[in-house]
Amino acid sequence: MDKEILEHPLSKYLRTDMMPNIWCPGCGNGIVLNCFVHALDELKADLNKLVVISGIGCIGRTAGYTNTDSFHTTHGRSIAFATGVKLANPELDIVIVSGDGDLFAIGGNHFIHAARRNIGLKVICVNNFNYGMTGGQLGPTTPLDAVTTTSPYGNSEHPFNLVHLAAASGAIYVARWTTLHVRRLTQSIKKMMQKEGFCFIEVISPCPEVFGRRNKLKSGMDMMEMFKKVAVVESFSDPARADITPDKIVVGEFVDIEKMSYEKLFHEKIAQINERAMEKVS
Amino acid sequence: MNTKRGLLPGAHFLNGDIACAEGAVAAGCRFFAGYPITPATEIAEHLSERMPEFGGIYVQMEDEIASMAAVIGASYSGLKSMTATSGPGFSLMQENIGLAVMTETPCVIVDIMRGGPSTGQPTLPSQQDVMQARWGSHGDYEIIALSPCSVQEMFTLTVEAFNLAEMYRVPVMLMGDEIVGHMWEKVLIPSADRLSIVNRKKPKVSPEEYLPFKPDADLVPPMACFGEGYHFHATGLTHNEHGYPQTQSAETQFKLVHRLCDKILKNVDKIIKVEETMLDDAEVVVFAYGIVARSALSAVRKARAEGIKAGLLRPITLWPFPEKQVAKMAKQAKAFVVPEMNCGQLVHEVERWTKETPVTFLSKFGEEPHTPLEILEAIRRSR
Repeated sequence: MDKEILEHPLSKYLRTDMMPNIWCPGCGNGIVLNCFVHALDELKADLNKLVVISGIGCIGRTAGYTNTDSFHTTHGRSIAFATGVKLANPELDIVIVSGDGDLFAIGGNHFIHAARRNIGLKVICVNNFNYGMTGGQLGPTTPLDAVTTTSPYGNSEHPFNLVHLAAASGAIYVARWTTLHVRRLTQSIKKMMQKEGFCFIEVISPCPEVFGRRNKLKSGMDMMEMFKKVAVVESFSDPARADITPDKIVVGEFVDIEKMSYEKLFHEKIAQINERAMEKVS
Repeated sequence: MNTKRGLLPGAHFLNGDIACAEGAVAAGCRFFAGYPITPATEIAEHLSERMPEFGGIYVQMEDEIASMAAVIGASYSGLKSMTATSGPGFSLMQENIGLAVMTETPCVIVDIMRGGPSTGQPTLPSQQDVMQARWGSHGDYEIIALSPCSVQEMFTLTVEAFNLAEMYRVPVMLMGDEIVGHMWEKVLIPSADRLSIVNRKKPKVSPEEYLPFKPDADLVPPMACFGEGYHFHATGLTHNEHGYPQTQSAETQFKLVHRLCDKILKNVDKIIKVEETMLDDAEVVVFAYGIVARSALSAVRKARAEGIKAGLLRPITLWPFPEKQVAKMAKQAKAFVVPEMNCGQLVHEVERWTKETPVTFLSKFGEEPHTPLEILEAIRRSR
């Protein structure tokens, strides 16, 4: 008997010929990708206008898995690359999906400047507290005292509070969720996609294989249980107080404001200058 | 976008940096990303004023790493794109120059060379980055680098750099020096109908059939851009013709790296340009480029006046290196003289192709280029 081959309703958003993905069992990256494509589907996003851009790291492979124009840049440079893309063609919707090390260690400078300019880039940072792809080294978001392959005696560096950093740098939309909050994350992505300007969502995500197992969280499920226990929704609370501690992960939306985007300001100015130049010619 | 708009045909009195900026305008460049740095800043300043007049983009990035990344992004959005810098910034750009090579991004990088290493001599000329242009990023690859020796060439070779970048989908470097960048000379800007402009090949197949890194017979793949409906993927990882990563495949890596090199190496006869002056019967060949070639030309003329059969071989293309032209002259000449504003860089390439013919290297840097008399003295000694 011939079996009818059914296509998954969301497979049009994915490069199915790139599957299976490279991610470990228990990793949260698939959840984030799932929320992202659900958001695209609910928005009926125009895939011809969408560009997905990633840096280097496990989640950096997302660009390759989404069936849109996509680019996998050098480590840390996704935002700088995307700045060129957006300015050159402001009609494009640009989503950057990358990791905490990529966006905030090697790429930290580009992040704060893109937020300052308020260029219309939509950034999803999957924060797994360490460098997963290289085997679990400490990064700019590794919690104090956490054990990683390069902090074998426990981390002595204070981590970034990413939502505070994004808000202080000028982002017009800032949210933080964990991979447990799939519906809220999906709604957040939808909201962000419809805003004009620099938007940022941090997703706290389990990395059991190289982070969790060194920190008493052996499986993806252990990490999800931890999120369930310590995550507290405190929307529009002070981003400065949204630290991540062993006892509490503050999640929610922190910033949702309107501000003229860089590309709009810039292209309006160009149009005026252009008009004046044309008048001079005629 | 009408690429002919913005062109200012006629005779102008410009400095080299401004001539370069006008060359970019003439070539159809509509995106500049950069970071201020002496002695290249005037290129950015001029383009920040000029670009908006015809809808082009000038953006000042947070550093040169970001500038190079933005240039690649804008090129993939469909605009002809460039950046301009000097030594320290050129160093910061190297990683993303490798990305441009790997993703076959047409773009132009201008390096107005100053004294190095490190911060060195910001306001003085050198030719210390010519090897970095060739080898600065990691891995095996080929790029194209051009060497202007006048303000006029800062214009014409910028146009040429864009044409080569678009033709071969490769980063092209314009290796000026502080003197050609800051010197003022007469520049003739041709009318639009006398300018030859090359635009990248676009795909002729449907999005379903399109393979973003499948080359044509010339080894260059047609280029779709973001937003055109092709839904393609590009990556700095080793990739197949789909653009998909295949990092564990020796075959894919071997084929890809060889093609990236071969699309330049198999076209050297079309790419390489040299200027040959009084070489027909030359016994002493001066090999000089950039501002040093101006002194060398004067030295060669003085040598001829003294009855010495001297000639000038001036590479306009530094990379790929004009090895055939050097080898040919090495068979005829008794000696080569190579003056450079560095400790000896291209002279080693010259020596690889002159074989038995003796080569005299003249090193001078730190303030001024070689005087004609210094080069003449070397010609006299080597005959």
